[in-house]
Amino acid sequence: MRLTADMIRLAVPFLALAALLGAVFWLQPRAMSYTGLNLLFNLAVPIALATLAQMFIIAVNDLDLSMGAFVSFVACVTATFLNDAPLVGIAILAASIAVYAALGVVIHLRQLPAIVVTLGMSFVWTGLAVMILPAPGGAAPEWIRAIMTVKPPLVPMAIAASVLIALVAHLIVARSSLGVLIRGVGGNERSVARAGWSVLRARAAAYALAGFFAVLAGMALVGLTTAADANIALRYTLLSIAGVILGGGEFTGGRVSAVGAVVGALTLALAGSFLSFLRLSPDWQIGAQGAILILVLALRLGLDAMERRRAAR
Amino acid sequence: MMVIFRKPWLWAWIAAIGVFAVTIAATAGASAGGLAQAAFTFAAFSVIVGLGQMFVITLGPGNVDLSIPATMTLAGTVSLKLMDGAEEMVLAGIAIALGIGVAVGTANYALIKALRIPPIIATLALSFIVQSAAIWTNRGLRVKPPGSLADFATGTVAGVPHVALVAGALTVAAWVLLERSTYGRRVTAIGQSLPAARRAGVPVDGVRLQTYVLCASLAGLCGFLLSCFSGGAALNMGAEYLLISIAVVVIGGSSVAGGNSNVPGIWGAALFLFLVVSMLNTYGFGAGPRLILTGFIIIAVILAASARGRTAAGG
Repeated sequence: MRLTADMIRLAVPFLALAALLGAVFWLQPRAMSYTGLNLLFNLAVPIALATLAQMFIIAVNDLDLSMGAFVSFVACVTATFLNDAPLVGIAILAASIAVYAALGVVIHLRQLPAIVVTLGMSFVWTGLAVMILPAPGGAAPEWIRAIMTVKPPLVPMAIAASVLIALVAHLIVARSSLGVLIRGVGGNERSVARAGWSVLRARAAAYALAGFFAVLAGMALVGLTTAADANIALRYTLLSIAGVILGGGEFTGGRVSAVGAVVGALTLALAGSFLSFLRLSPDWQIGAQGAILILVLALRLGLDAMERRRAAR
Repeated sequence: MMVIFRKPWLWAWIAAIGVFAVTIAATAGASAGGLAQAAFTFAAFSVIVGLGQMFVITLGPGNVDLSIPATMTLAGTVSLKLMDGAEEMVLAGIAIALGIGVAVGTANYALIKALRIPPIIATLALSFIVQSAAIWTNRGLRVKPPGSLADFATGTVAGVPHVALVAGALTVAAWVLLERSTYGRRVTAIGQSLPAARRAGVPVDGVRLQTYVLCASLAGLCGFLLSCFSGGAALNMGAEYLLISIAVVVIGGSSVAGGNSNVPGIWGAALFLFLVVSMLNTYGFGAGPRLILTGFIIIAVILAASARGRTAAGG
């Protein structure tokens, strides 16, 4: 079977994850167990969900700079309303997904730069989060806590959940007609419109899906941390963008991969653990994520060049 | 008169003046001078990083420098450490701050070019490393800036803050650079169409490298001034400038897609962003509502600007 360019593109994040995992096991063989893996990937589930959310926005050539603020907001709602008054909590979260869809509509109708609109929204989400939880606190609803700490046989929860999430997102992005339409808008908006599709609806759907996955990310995060605060997920903005790109996505052209995005997020989550096994100073934790990002992109460049040489032959 | 109404930077200034008026109305004009002084002081820092970001954004879609906060923090930290409060080391401190900027800018473009990755990701990846370096050097840092520098950064001349004068001088230089120099014309040309600029003989790589170095150097200088102004370097001192540097450029009327930028709007937008927060403070809003309103106002300004762009394009 010949490898297609897309398969090579997808191979890079897997190779990077495997290499990193191998290095971790080599440094700390005891991590090679059910508990070890669970600890290693513990925080990966919310990052993977946020990365998928960002992926839907990037698929339509936009960028969401409010992802971290929004996930923090959802975490605050989950730890307060969803715990104390589930119906109100569900209504708030549903409304916030509707806000995301509305953002897509406004951005499309007025041809606004998404970067700036989401920048403004990041202030709004943080403001709402501060009003809900002025000080860190709240409590995770029992059922979310139960889901996040469930211990399935054979495979740790974090990995099973990541596979499941990747599968669902892959079905939406690559196999459903909506996914094709969304990627089509990223690829060539005008041709989608000429073919009789509503670009407006596609963009609104992409934003709504992003809001939906970001809500899941915030809920999963609270399930792990059991409490929330208004700044709990601010790093997710940059992590989610990095995860999409690590996973083989591109900023333009609707080229995104759901499986790649999840693997990219896992790689970033693992980077932190890797460093602590190296006994490097925690000062360099963030730096290591940057270095790994650069290394993986260099690897991809090498593979791309190989592919081109083969294609030229 | 009609000419001035077509200027893209006008709206940011109108918004800033409007917010200023609403704010001093609350105190019956008692605090106008003090408010203006504070606004110009804090706007100055936003302007310095905003100018650099503007040149980068002008380069075209996808060009944005996310390493500004990390560069500011590292430059502020290292320069304070080097000066160690000694007056005779002031020039060395400025030199190291600018040097860090040049180094970060060069590394940024080296990554963009060598790995052929979007600038957002290149500057993001590098900013993680720079931020780590800043955390590492900042550990336990409690160095105060030399007395003369601290006095300069917080001082005023004839009521005008020194930092605003520095930012003003840089603004004039940036305007000349953008509007009157070959370099500025080349930056704009690349932003409008990179392939066309290359065919026209513009040394694309050289110009882009210079732009990233310029942006990072301004961030280094801003970090240096900010740490002198606030009496020490803090790890989170650059954090808010990531969003601000982008916001002042876009609210100031420059095109987020590049190729069409203006300098005066950056001042209007920087003043506006500071005044919005102080207006909401004056009216007694808490932290939450203040953030929410700030967000809505940013979006409203963008909406107003887009409506203006429409009528301009239509007629």
